[in-house]
Amino acid sequence: MSTPTTLRVWESQAMVYRKIWRSHLLLAFGQPLLYLLAMGLGVGALIDDNTASVESLGGISYFEFLAPALLATTAMISAGQASLWEVLDGFLWSNRYRAMAATPLSPTQIATGLGLWHATRTAIGVTGVAVALALFADTRTWGVVAAVPVAVLCGLAFALPLSAWSATRYGGTSFPAIIRFGLLPMFLLGGAFFPIDQLPDWLEPVAQVTPLWHAIELCRGLVIESVDPGNVGVHLGVIAAYVLAGWLACRVTFTRRLMP
Amino acid sequence: MHGNWRWPASLPCRTVATVPPSIITARDLRKQFGDFVAVDGIDFEVEPGESFGFLGPNGAGKTSTMRMVGCVSPITSGQLRIFDLDAASDGAAIRARMGVVPQADQLDAELTVVENLVIYGRYFDIPRAECRRRAAELLEFVQLTERADERVDPLSGGMKRRLTIARSLMSEPDLLLLDEPTTGLDPQARHILWDRLYRLKQRGVTLVLTTHYMDEAEQLCDRLVVMDQGCIVAEGSPRGLIDQYATREVLELRFVTGDVGDHDAAPAVDIAGIGDRSETLPDRTLIYAHDGEAALAEVHRRGLDPVGSLVRRSSLEDVFLRLTGRTLVD
Repeated sequence: MSTPTTLRVWESQAMVYRKIWRSHLLLAFGQPLLYLLAMGLGVGALIDDNTASVESLGGISYFEFLAPALLATTAMISAGQASLWEVLDGFLWSNRYRAMAATPLSPTQIATGLGLWHATRTAIGVTGVAVALALFADTRTWGVVAAVPVAVLCGLAFALPLSAWSATRYGGTSFPAIIRFGLLPMFLLGGAFFPIDQLPDWLEPVAQVTPLWHAIELCRGLVIESVDPGNVGVHLGVIAAYVLAGWLACRVTFTRRLMP
Repeated sequence: MHGNWRWPASLPCRTVATVPPSIITARDLRKQFGDFVAVDGIDFEVEPGESFGFLGPNGAGKTSTMRMVGCVSPITSGQLRIFDLDAASDGAAIRARMGVVPQADQLDAELTVVENLVIYGRYFDIPRAECRRRAAELLEFVQLTERADERVDPLSGGMKRRLTIARSLMSEPDLLLLDEPTTGLDPQARHILWDRLYRLKQRGVTLVLTTHYMDEAEQLCDRLVVMDQGCIVAEGSPRGLIDQYATREVLELRFVTGDVGDHDAAPAVDIAGIGDRSETLPDRTLIYAHDGEAALAEVHRRGLDPVGSLVRRSSLEDVFLRLTGRTLVD
């Protein structure tokens, strides 16, 4: 009985992760906790006093609005970090993927195993956020458990396209721009901190095509237990489309890079 | 990959085989990147247990050839069979039986020495416990046992190379590919490495290596091909090539540069007729002669006064110079 090839790649990533899991988990747990305290409770206290604001949040407290979104944003940030320099490292410095390509593993198997690893790593980080959410009575629901896999899928929707991009690079010069002009605006404007109908009219449709917004909506609905069943399919469909496109792109770019 | 492995279709017909098949057979092998032809239709065969070398300068097509043999670069045209399997369609099965020592070390700096070996063994689906057993044995072989639990980072270049060789042996390969195994190492580290490779050869492992060092080719190769600009320009044993393309000895002369007009041309006239032939390089003049000392005596008799002279045995370096008109390492 042989070990599936994707699991062999996964094992290798897990072995390296064992050296850095503390800092990753601390960041995944600690950072959202800070946002919950500062924004959720601090800023939230000001917002919840204003009836018009509560109305625009859909009748829930600001804490309940913000907290579930952090599952999705943490997944995005964590997956983004693991898909830029870390993936480039496998082609350029540690050459981990080149070493794998000299064994029976094929580039597609390497890319798929890496995707499986991204999912695992994101799940670990998102679980940290879920634990933080469970510390507060307002967000201590079973919906948090259901939101975890949604956030993991959201992580993959970023990890796979970004890994595919990193596999074409010979340096990390484009990475800070991806973070500053891609991930950070999505984090700030993508529906986590305020509803996207507050955005300028031209920007709202932009937010609606990002996987992050769909993941935030779904996580929020699940955690506060008011999910609209009619929208679940659309949200999951959009996120899954990014995951699938990212995986297909990875297959192409990993093969081009490893089997020139 | 066991699931994908299948017997080569030709195998049942081989019950009356008389000659054991070559480990590698390449026919009219080409590799092209866009308009650039890296390998321009080469033929070669490597026999089991043999130590075979590709010798040539940077850009000769050695690495491209090795990558095709390693099944990590599809061939553009021609035929390439390894272990009697087709490189184009059976890459995974071929790679499963082959060890690769790449030009640049590909070690995981975050992991320890032994972890680097275990993780590599897992790519071949060798059980974890067996990986650890083999790792311990191989660290003994490459003399790194006492560094087993240290991180890879602080190891010297020579130690990292030895670890890379140990790693390539995790799958107990029948064939080992080494791409410039000692480039960048100091002389002592090179000799340790050559000694280990020689032991592997004695154990029956087939070695295929590239090098641009003549001494390395002479030390390690039973047979080699000289490559230049994507083509094979000569083939033979190191000794045979030297006999064929060079004389027994070489006299190297250094003259004071730039004193009288064109220094390249000046001695070439004066040394005419000494030895079999001569080559004038930017920094020295080489005289190919059966007896170097006699040639030197003749140089002195003619009243020439080189600032330096050296008589040495001819090497593959001289073969390369003869074949291509260029020195090997520019």
